[in-house]
Amino acid sequence: MATQAQGAEEGGLVFHPMDQFIVSPLGGDGVVSWFTFTNAALWTGLAVLAVFAILVLGTSKRAVVPGRMQSVAELAYGFVYKMVEDICGKEGVKYFPYIMTLFMFIVCANFLGLLPTAFTPTSHFAVTVVLAMAVFLTVTILGFVKNGSAFLGLFWVASAPLALRPVLAIIELISYFVRPVSHSIRLAGNVMAGHAVIKVFAGFAAIAVISPVSVVAITAMYGLEVLVSFIQAYVFTILTCVYLKDALHPGH
Amino acid sequence: MATETTHGDGLADAMGVAEHSGAGNAGMPQLDFSTWGNQIFWLVVALIAIYFILSRVALPRIAAILAERQGSISNDIAAAEDLKAKAVEAEAAYDQALLDARAEAQRIIAAAQADIQADLDVAIEKADAEISAKTAESEKAIGEIRAGAIENVKIVAKDTAKEIIAVLGGQADAKAVTAAVTARMKG
Repeated sequence: MATQAQGAEEGGLVFHPMDQFIVSPLGGDGVVSWFTFTNAALWTGLAVLAVFAILVLGTSKRAVVPGRMQSVAELAYGFVYKMVEDICGKEGVKYFPYIMTLFMFIVCANFLGLLPTAFTPTSHFAVTVVLAMAVFLTVTILGFVKNGSAFLGLFWVASAPLALRPVLAIIELISYFVRPVSHSIRLAGNVMAGHAVIKVFAGFAAIAVISPVSVVAITAMYGLEVLVSFIQAYVFTILTCVYLKDALHPGH
Repeated sequence: MATETTHGDGLADAMGVAEHSGAGNAGMPQLDFSTWGNQIFWLVVALIAIYFILSRVALPRIAAILAERQGSISNDIAAAEDLKAKAVEAEAAYDQALLDARAEAQRIIAAAQADIQADLDVAIEKADAEISAKTAESEKAIGEIRAGAIENVKIVAKDTAKEIIAVLGGQADAKAVTAAVTARMKG
């Protein structure tokens, strides 16, 4: 209510840039329990459908000379497969389905979120933290299972002078545990900031004089957000590959 | 993390909207932990669904498509190599045939030339013989004509001399005139 009043004082300008991120139940306004079908659930489900449409329906013809959708599917496959193979090596290829799952979910959720009035699951820390923690825990456990205590060599920089090694070990340890934090906040932060900025510009469009500038600014931001949607999915995936490489081949 | 949140807050402050002292819904809905359980539940459901879609259907299918394409490409390339080798072979055969034909043509030309030369030689010899025969004949005729001409000159000279002597009033001595004419003709 305070915001409403303040907005009214400023000449009818009402900004609610963060309202688009509110999780609310669809059909009724009850309490959001863990299984309630909310807007978050809807757009998460639509992301799954988009993945299904691109990768399954798109390739249903199994054409040797691909059509448009099949090209997209093959491009996505080749893109992630090459990333995994280049960074993690041959042993990393068996984790390719997991990484492809992450990439396809993030990229579809990001792009669906760019539709007007859409909800963007990847703008929520609840989602990105789960993704990042899943990667972090998997990689850590995998590192110890594959290498045993040799995995701790990741923190003991053998190429550095002996006196420096304990200091470096502390730094490495901190940076290792900061990984899931930066990993998750980078994605959600980028997506959220872009959407909020667009909303702010949209708020300015209420003033007739500014509205052309506002429309141009929204268009420009939207273009940037299209780019960010892909780049952040790419960054999340490539960092996952890098962490996986550390687990498979510890040591620098 | 700190930079991200301050960024978000700064944005909100600039808009003059966010009231941090206020209720949760005035700040970031992302930090409203009452909805986390819901989001995490649906996220996990979605990830499991995507994982099964990918690992059971999509990825094997795309891998098969790519392998098939790779296979047909390498087959086509092999076939192309084959055809290329055949083309090279055919070209070599063609070149060989051309060389043979050329050699044969040279041989035929040489034979024809030799034949023609032989005919020509015979014809030239014959022509030469005829020419020399004709020349000899002509020389003979010319000799006769020349001899005839000299006799005539002698006769004319004798007659002329007799007439001149007669006109001068002398008696022509036939023997002396003949001797004088003969002597002149020699000189």
